[in-house]
Amino acid sequence: MLELGGELGWLCGKILADLGADVIKIEPPGGDEGRGGTAFVAHNVGKRSIVLDLDSEVDRARLRQLALRADFLVETFTPGHLDRLGLGWADLHAANPRLVMTSITAYGQHSPHAQAPASDLEIMAAGGALSLAGDPDRPPVRVTLPQAAAWTGAYAAMGTLVAHHHRQATGRGQQVDVSAQAAMLPILVQAPMFWSLLGQVPVRSGPNLVGRNLAGARLRNIWPCRDGYVSFALYSGHAGRQSNQALADWIAARGMLPAELEGFDWDAFDPVTAPREDVERIQAAVEPFLASLAKDEFLAGCRERRLLGYPVATAADIAADAQLADRQVWQLVGGVSHPSGWARFDSRVGRIARPAPALGEHQAEVLGELGAVLA
Amino acid sequence: MSALDGLRVVELGAFAAGPAVGKHLADHGAEVIRIESRARPDGFRSNYPPYLDGLPGTERAGMFAMTNNDKLGVTLDLKSEAGLALARRLIDRADVVVENFTPGTMTRLGLGYDTLRAGNPRLVMLSTCNQGQTGPNAQRAGFGTHLTAQSGFLHLTGWPDRSPSLLWGPYIDYIAVAYGFVAVMAALDERSRTGAGTHIDLSQYETGLQFAAPALVEYSATGQVAERDGNRHPELAPHGVYSCSGEDRWVALSVHDELEWERFRRALGDPPWSLRPELGSARGRKLEEAEVDAGIAEWTSARTREEAVRILREAGVHVAPVNDMADIHSDPDLAAHAVFRALRHAVMGEYLAVGPPFLLSETPAHLERPAFQLGEHNREVFQGLLGLSESEFQACEAAGAFD
Repeated sequence: MLELGGELGWLCGKILADLGADVIKIEPPGGDEGRGGTAFVAHNVGKRSIVLDLDSEVDRARLRQLALRADFLVETFTPGHLDRLGLGWADLHAANPRLVMTSITAYGQHSPHAQAPASDLEIMAAGGALSLAGDPDRPPVRVTLPQAAAWTGAYAAMGTLVAHHHRQATGRGQQVDVSAQAAMLPILVQAPMFWSLLGQVPVRSGPNLVGRNLAGARLRNIWPCRDGYVSFALYSGHAGRQSNQALADWIAARGMLPAELEGFDWDAFDPVTAPREDVERIQAAVEPFLASLAKDEFLAGCRERRLLGYPVATAADIAADAQLADRQVWQLVGGVSHPSGWARFDSRVGRIARPAPALGEHQAEVLGELGAVLA
Repeated sequence: MSALDGLRVVELGAFAAGPAVGKHLADHGAEVIRIESRARPDGFRSNYPPYLDGLPGTERAGMFAMTNNDKLGVTLDLKSEAGLALARRLIDRADVVVENFTPGTMTRLGLGYDTLRAGNPRLVMLSTCNQGQTGPNAQRAGFGTHLTAQSGFLHLTGWPDRSPSLLWGPYIDYIAVAYGFVAVMAALDERSRTGAGTHIDLSQYETGLQFAAPALVEYSATGQVAERDGNRHPELAPHGVYSCSGEDRWVALSVHDELEWERFRRALGDPPWSLRPELGSARGRKLEEAEVDAGIAEWTSARTREEAVRILREAGVHVAPVNDMADIHSDPDLAAHAVFRALRHAVMGEYLAVGPPFLLSETPAHLERPAFQLGEHNREVFQGLLGLSESEFQACEAAGAFD
């Protein structure tokens, strides 16, 4: 796989590298614009790097030679840019009919705003994801750690492998047109249907879940605890009823259950259909209880009592998680711990093959391979 | 011709993590058969609004409809001998099984991978669950929000002076959908070389960590714990969301280099606050971020969102409207990318399904059939595909296979 361009393509390349493909970043003389941050390191491990200056005819010819022999090419240029260089889909497909070319842009190849610049924040905004998070009394928020490129890259990898499957059957490659804005739709889950079925627009609601309770009660999901925050909510269904009851029993065991909730019928309680007053009364009892516990205490109690609850984990919490250690998720690459092995195939765990490359680190190697092929 | 023509998939489980993988396979032409329990149908049918007209009902659930277009739906009682036998027959002829039960469930049902592989050595089985098939927490129950919290995303969302904010929906599930789908395609690719299937063990938590990796790598390298900071960027300013005229109308914008700052300033009409030379560098603007934000907010709040976007786009500045769920349905870029696909459902009437973010040039996704009703395709599948005669079908029915 050849990977050209910037961050919108990184995770597509990394996923293929994780699966064992030889992914070669082709960078301009100044390097990938995203170099210098931890996101670059995290999402560009496993790849090789060469430098080609696409303003130079010699380097364009080299790229063409590489593309003739490639299975995949991922690029994130503004639509039309590669065509003007004679390296667009029409050119490369004619030269290498098997090539799968994944073209990733903010809005797609044929959209009215195809030329408009958009970074993580704008993609999150345009795709609707930004509107759904944050406190009602402040602007909507994105996840502070940029996510748009990750969603785009992962969903681009899906499309790339669909095209690959088709190529296996037919011998023909395709262009895979990926819109980052459209890659925000999975984040929305069923929110678009609130509008298309009911004409309602879901709005951000801070730490609360709206749209679940039919009477409009807000189901709180994030609660302060003694040393941070925990994720707990009242749930429906069998597991939910068990969990709701278990929490009530725990609160009672601590002597913190209000009289009005003694003898409450937890088996009949369904947070979807319950009246607002019930939800509010219960949550008023939950709040001081959770505030009195440390994260560890809460987790231990969830385990013992079979309660649905998790920590609002930080990077430090995740690094210390026994589950991940047991699964051997962490891999030391370039002196730093990376999460790897995101799928096991018959217990085979994929490993990152090499650290994130220095700019042009594999120039001689890759061009040497090319020379050997051409000779 | 569709990209995945001839691919046969059997889907067991419920909610999102498994079925959305199946949906993407179905979108591209795979035959996807969902085995559902009549006694305990998919939880998406009953626990998640929106419903048609706001009234719950097994065939009125938007969440279920979005996740299950273009599939065949059957009901089997896997605890009955007859039901289990039919499930095995379906799986014997399949290429892929997708399941998202808690670990151990498939084995307890008599559908563990070793059993299935004996009847079908070419079978690719994707087992996707919260934390993976193994490990001390493998049996810990949790829904999408829990794992989103566990993977670090909630801590990183919201304002530094307040509680974190919730992310909408089971955020982590849809990360796992992408990785699960990719894993299935990779396994099929490997099968084309080796002839053998494989069992894929996918942890939704672990796939979520791939998206959180920059924060995890940073922690490992420096000991620094990444924190939420609203919409701010560590180096760039301005970078944020600004209020426009009207109710809850916002634009998102960011300035990435000094030439862009010049264009941005000019587009705002060179307001006096923006002319200070200290603001000519990102560093300088970052130091005065509150003042810069206030100046911009004054400009945006005097304009409609559409006007602000238009002016800044003309100036080549990074900008986009903060679209809500109504806006995305009339967004011209999403329309050009064929994102919303109308399907007609017997009970729900016309509803909008969502196509994938990727369009293949020769074999793009076709969304044609609405989500299946409970047990809708029992005859089509067991008689039409498996070849049961009428009397065999009725015998199975009498034996409780379809309950």
